[in-house]
This record gives sequence, structure tokens and C-alpha cells, in this order.
Amino acid sequence: MDIYTLTRAFADSWALLALVLIFLCVILFVFRPGARNAQQDAAKSIFRNETRPAPPEPEEDQR
Amino acid sequence: MSDYLKLGVLGLVALIAAIAANYARDLAFAVNMAIVMLSAGGLFIYYLRRTDEPHPDINESEYADGVVRAGVIATVVWGLVGFLAGLTAAAQLAWPALNLTDIFGGYLNFGKLRPLHTSAVIFAFGGNALIATSFYVVQRTSAARLWGGNLAWFVFWGYQLFIVLAATGYILGATQSKEYAEPEWHVDLWLTIVWLAYLAVFLGTIMKRREPHIYVANWFYLAFIVTIAMLHVVNNLAVPVSVFGSKSVQLFAGVQDAMTQWWYGHNAVGFFLTAGFLGMMYYFIPKQAERPVYSYKLSIIHFWALIFLYIWAGPHHLHYTALPDWASTLGMVFSIILWMPSWGGMINGLMTLSGAWDKLRTDPVLRMMVVAVGFYGMATFEGPMMSIKAVNSLSHYTDWTIGHVHSGALGWNGMITFGALYYLVPRLWGRAQLYSVQLVSWHFWLATIGLVLYAASMWVSGIMEGLMWREVDSQGFLVNAFADTVAAKYAMNVVRFLGGALYLAGAVVMAWNLWATVNRQPRIHSGPVAVPAE
Repeated sequence: MDIYTLTRAFADSWALLALVLIFLCVILFVFRPGARNAQQDAAKSIFRNETRPAPPEPEEDQR
Repeated sequence: MSDYLKLGVLGLVALIAAIAANYARDLAFAVNMAIVMLSAGGLFIYYLRRTDEPHPDINESEYADGVVRAGVIATVVWGLVGFLAGLTAAAQLAWPALNLTDIFGGYLNFGKLRPLHTSAVIFAFGGNALIATSFYVVQRTSAARLWGGNLAWFVFWGYQLFIVLAATGYILGATQSKEYAEPEWHVDLWLTIVWLAYLAVFLGTIMKRREPHIYVANWFYLAFIVTIAMLHVVNNLAVPVSVFGSKSVQLFAGVQDAMTQWWYGHNAVGFFLTAGFLGMMYYFIPKQAERPVYSYKLSIIHFWALIFLYIWAGPHHLHYTALPDWASTLGMVFSIILWMPSWGGMINGLMTLSGAWDKLRTDPVLRMMVVAVGFYGMATFEGPMMSIKAVNSLSHYTDWTIGHVHSGALGWNGMITFGALYYLVPRLWGRAQLYSVQLVSWHFWLATIGLVLYAASMWVSGIMEGLMWREVDSQGFLVNAFADTVAAKYAMNVVRFLGGALYLAGAVVMAWNLWATVNRQPRIHSGPVAVPAE
């Protein structure tokens, strides 16, 4: 078989299936239990650290 | 040590550019290389004067806002240039005598100004807006200074050099004739280097973030940067005819080349003009409304659905061509599916205002952002509709397409950028507020009315063209010659010019207002720039 037919057959079978499955898993992952708190925290993160970066973590200071 | 390395590299670049300019096979390449030589030479002198001087330390407890300020200025300046180029091209369409071919020898014909306009507004205005806002947003949401020290400045100045090289090339005739990818091989290579540096700065900042989560705006920005890198490299695969000339030959040929071009072209729309600007939407609308985004879950779903679907939509640019039927059907189907995540995102942006709708009465900046999201919704409905083969057979090659692009570009990209600029300038320069809210209102109405005139005239013109082109008499002969449709469009072309003039007038009002915000108001001491160094 020529390369066009091969790649096309692969694209509309296994590649399509894999991409659809990955997409569905990503969407399901958004609805995982316990995600709500992390998401609400992330949504509010834009209201922190407006004027300057957060200070370094304490353990990074021990040099 | 690094000073000497810089001097060596800059001197070498200036020398090679001088040699290339001397041996250049064409004028565009000679001028491009002369610009490179002057830039490298100027930088050489700049660094020579600073060699062995103590370098100021980079203060990690402050945000790197200097490069964002430069990006904001560049956005406004290139915006005015790009809108003016567009207005001139619109005038030339209505009154062809304005090509002034006798005076300029054809160098400022419509055919030269049109790519200058599209590249100036998309890449110079939009690109600078994206780079500046992404640097601003990634720092605030990561609670960390930009990674890579002065690499962000290299990205900024390197990008400006790309714009100047591309623009001079277009006027002097260096183009590979790919829409939105006109720059020739040497300019493409330079953009690749700049873009990889941009990716490094952005990704480096995300990796050293001090927030646990990567805020969704950064996902959109990152998707924009990564995808544009991929699209740019694949679509510009070409072999130069000579290393001393701007002409190159595409690696792909025929329909493969066309498909690669529109895979690039549509995803430039999808990832440059949509994903990147959605990054702006997801940061600046919640900030201006002072409320978190309506649904963070929806924003993540919006992101993944957009990423998974957009990349397949390109073939709808090639309906009824040599492209295999299955491919153009695939493009059409994915374009239609894309309608849903787009409207999900629009609803998410609009509903962020739930409980704060009253702010629309008093805050014209927020009004601008909301209109932008409204136009995003309209353009992402119109686009899928036009990708349907039956509709496309009427709309393709007509002014309808131009109207669609401009309701997206002027409405969505322009308005959200204006909103972001109004948000950024007082904060970046440490001013208490904008100089005049009244003038923002003026800008809002000038831009909105201009936009409505533009889109409406192009709808009328486009549908008229489509109907005239397909009109046949009882014997089956075409009724209209092409020139008949051109003559019939005259009134619509004039209205389009007026709409563009209003839009440009609004941008001039904005430029003055932003200038006055900085130069006619005192600095306050709580702004980010006024924070004392520790």
C-alpha cells in the first residue's frame, strides 16, 4: 500500500479512537471528586500577588 | 565574560549581514540585511559602552514590568500603523486612483499594502498585545518574576525586528505568497529563534511559579505559543534559491501545499487570534469585573475542546478545490462542532459579570470587553455557518469573508486588546486611574459604530457578489462579468472605508487618552512600579 492509504487508514481508525478517548478522559478528569476546591482556589488566584512576587519558600532560604 | 561574548556575536552578525547586503541578489534582501547590519552594529556600540561596567542585579522580588510597558507602547503604535494601512487599502479599493502608481511606481499599490495591513494588525498589533499581556499575566498568576533575566527583552526587540524586516520585504517584493505567512525564509528563521526564546521565558516562568495551580489563562497562552511554533515551522518549509537572495521554493507542491497553508492559516486564526486572546479574556475580564471567572470547570473544558477541535478545521478554506472531498467534509464537520466550545467560552466570559451587570453602566472599559466577547460569539457562529459547503459556495471569494474576518478581528481581538490596554496602562505606570473615562466612552462608540458599518456593508456586498457571480440567464449563460460586480460594490466599499475611518479615529482617541494617563497625571505610590526595592 502507498503511504497515503496507510496513513489515512491509520488516521481514521486508531488515531481517531485514541484522540477521542484522551479527550473524554481529560473532560472526566475535570469532574473528578475533590476538584472543586482546587478549581475555586485557582479561579481566585488572580486576586493575589498583584504588585510583587510571592516570597520564596522558607526551605529555599537555607543556603 | 558575557559582555565579550555578546560583542563577539554582534560584531560577527553585523559583518555577515554587511557581506550579505553587498552580495544580495535582490533589493528586498539587501535592505533587510542592511537593517540587520545597522541593528547589530548599533547594539554592538551600545554594549561596548557598557562593557566591564557593573550590571544591576535582577531583583527577584519585583515583577519585570519594563518589558510589558514597552509591549504596551508597541501595541498602540503598531495598531495605529496597521489600522492606517487598512484604511488606505480600503480607500484604494473604493477609488483605485489612490494607488498613485505613477508617483510611487507601484510600490504602494493595494497588492503591497494589503499584506502589510494584515501582518501589521495581526502580528504587530495583535502579536505585541499577546506578548505584553502574556508576560503580565504569567507573572501575576505565577507569583514569580519572568524567567531568564533579560531574555524577555530579547523577545521584545527581536519581534520588532521581525516586523520591520517583514514589512520592508513586502513593500520591496519579498513574499512567498502564502496568506498570513508572507515573510521569506530568512525572516522566518529569525522569527523561529525569537519564538523559541518566547516559549522559554513563558515556560520558565510557569515552572518557577509559587502558585500551586497554573491559571487557565496561561494554558491558553501556552497553547498559542506552542502551536504557532509548530504551524510556523511546518508551513514555512522551503529551500532558498540562494543564501544571498530572498526567493525560496516551497517544499510541498500543489494541493499538499495548499492544505498545509490553510492548516496553518486557520490555526493562526484559532491559536493566535483565538486561544491567545482568550488568555486575555480569562484574566482581564475577571479582574476588571472584580469577580472570579463564572465557571472554572467550563473554562478548562473550553480549553480542551478548542485544542482538540480547532486543529482539524482548516480544510474548510478549500471547499470545491482539488482537495479530496473527505478532507473538506472533515474540515466542515469540525468547524461546526467547534461552535459549541466557542459559545461555552463566550457564556463563561459573559456570565462572569453575573451579579455585577450594573458595572456596565459606569465602566466603559468593561463594556468594551463584554462587546469583545459578544463579537467572539457572533464570529464563532458565523464561521461554522460559512464553513458549510452550501453556504460556502455562495460566500467564498466574496466580501462576506472579509466582513466575517473583521467582525472577529475588529470586534473580538481589537476590543479585548483595547480593554486590556485601558486596564494595564494606569497600573503599569503607577497612575491612580485613566485620564478620562469619557474618552473611553467615545472610543467605545466610535469603534462599535465603525465596526457595524464595516460588517454590514461587507455582508451586503458579499452576498450581492455571490448572487451576481452565479446568476445565469434562460440559456444557461452567466449574466454578469466580474467587472460588473466590482462596479456594483462601489457604495459598499465607501461605507466600509467610513467604518474603518471611525475605528481608526477611536484608536487615535485611545492613544491620546493613554498618553495623557501617563503624562498628565501624578504618580501614586502604591502602584507596582513604585514599590521600593528591598
